[in-house]
Amino acid sequence: MERIKTIETRKLCEGNGGCGECQTSCQSACKTSCGIANQACENTAEKESK
Amino acid sequence: MIHQYKLLGYNIILDVASGAVHATDEVCYEMIRIIDEGGYQDMLELAEVRSKVTGAVRELFPRSDGLTDADLDECYDDVKALVSAGKLFAPDTFEPIAGKLKEKTGGVVKALCLHIAHTCNLNCSYCFASQGKYNGERAVMSFEVGKRALDFLIENSGTRRNLEVDFFGGEPLMNFDVVKRLVAYAREIEGKYNKNFRFTLTTNGVLIDDDVIEFANKEMSNVVLSLDGRREIHDKFRVDYQGRGSFDRIVPKFQRLVRERGGKNYYMRGTFTHRNPDFLEDIKAMLDLGFRELSMEPVVCAKGDEGELTEEDFPIVCEQYERLAELMRERDKAGDPFTFYHYMIDLTGGPCIYKRISGCGSDTEYMAVTPWGDLYPCHQFVGDEKFKLGDVFSGVSNTAVREEFASCNVYAREECRDCWARLYCSGGCAANAYHATGSVKGVYEYGCRLFRKRMECAVALAVARMLEDNEGADK
Repeated sequence: MERIKTIETRKLCEGNGGCGECQTSCQSACKTSCGIANQACENTAEKESK
Repeated sequence: MIHQYKLLGYNIILDVASGAVHATDEVCYEMIRIIDEGGYQDMLELAEVRSKVTGAVRELFPRSDGLTDADLDECYDDVKALVSAGKLFAPDTFEPIAGKLKEKTGGVVKALCLHIAHTCNLNCSYCFASQGKYNGERAVMSFEVGKRALDFLIENSGTRRNLEVDFFGGEPLMNFDVVKRLVAYAREIEGKYNKNFRFTLTTNGVLIDDDVIEFANKEMSNVVLSLDGRREIHDKFRVDYQGRGSFDRIVPKFQRLVRERGGKNYYMRGTFTHRNPDFLEDIKAMLDLGFRELSMEPVVCAKGDEGELTEEDFPIVCEQYERLAELMRERDKAGDPFTFYHYMIDLTGGPCIYKRISGCGSDTEYMAVTPWGDLYPCHQFVGDEKFKLGDVFSGVSNTAVREEFASCNVYAREECRDCWARLYCSGGCAANAYHATGSVKGVYEYGCRLFRKRMECAVALAVARMLEDNEGADK
């Protein structure tokens, strides 16, 4: 019986991150209570290499 | 470090440093809790630890439950394998690279919040911008200042291709002609510099007309429409200078704008306060009006303000967040889904680790520009002279403030080190921290607690969607 299921997630320890093309945190809808979790990665080079 | 909780019928384990997310049954959930509380994660190879852990789990689940010793051993081995694979109890080794992104991209600006109008046609009492004036004089930005701001952005954007510009206020449509001229100017020059301008307009809707709708739907990557939900809630705060509520005037305009936009790339953004901690009712009101891309934000206001959220409100708000996640799942299943800004978590394609530890970007890659061309770390610092960075004509001169913000990252705050949500928030909002504690490196604790609740809900919703949709069947 499978007692633990691992959800597919982005591996934080890997990648050539830090291209900076993504939005800054407080744009779009928020303006008052920012986080970064709901932002998309816009690193096209990294996406293409996947 | 792990964080475990139960929501939407799932037992969820978040592994903080690896970003891994696991859904478990009760036995495994308890086993991982026992390992965590006992600090056994580095000793799982030891027979003595295996015996201790499986024994403790056995006490919780007697043999009459049908759980065999072989089941317990198998579960233990599964957990051990995940620890070995770096997906459970992974060490946080990122501190040495914190700040590297800011270092690497130092001086590169990629987003501006243009305060196109420091004036407003509404008089909302909870407005953090003091009715659009930011504690100063009423003013509108001239085309010349705006043009210089766009040039400043291009000059300081290095190799960044995507440049974001928010038209903000006050009410930006009170200076709509300048908005249009600035967009035309940006379109004229973006090709020459190999840039891609993405504009956002935030509006209270009062001045929306055919011209605005056509323009916004052609040129704005995103529009943010301010609506607080239920008519009685909206009209309590969002009133004009005669004290009249604005709900009936703006809703038909918003509906038309969204319809003609194809229902995409907008946010219906509301604020909830002490008056409506039961904000899910406002979300439902937005849904009833036909809107599907929604955001409700906890109010940011001065201490003692009548709208300030209280300790008594906190459990109510948390329950609302949970019920919101449940409602979203129900609507998914009914084939009429909607989006909630803070629950838009992308577990597979979200931000990289550099982004997660770098902090919000205020002052370093994002700045606000006043109608006079003054630069501030973000829109929430505008009007506080000591945070003035310089201006779009001569650039940043206040290096002390710049350095303070540049050193803001997720490891800059002692409180964040022990927080499981640190790689989801990146240290939080500098403005909220400053207003709550007097320091941009402080912690706005109430906001943190709300943020953690939102992340629990967002991840649970993502788990439910991924597991149930992948299996093609409900649990």
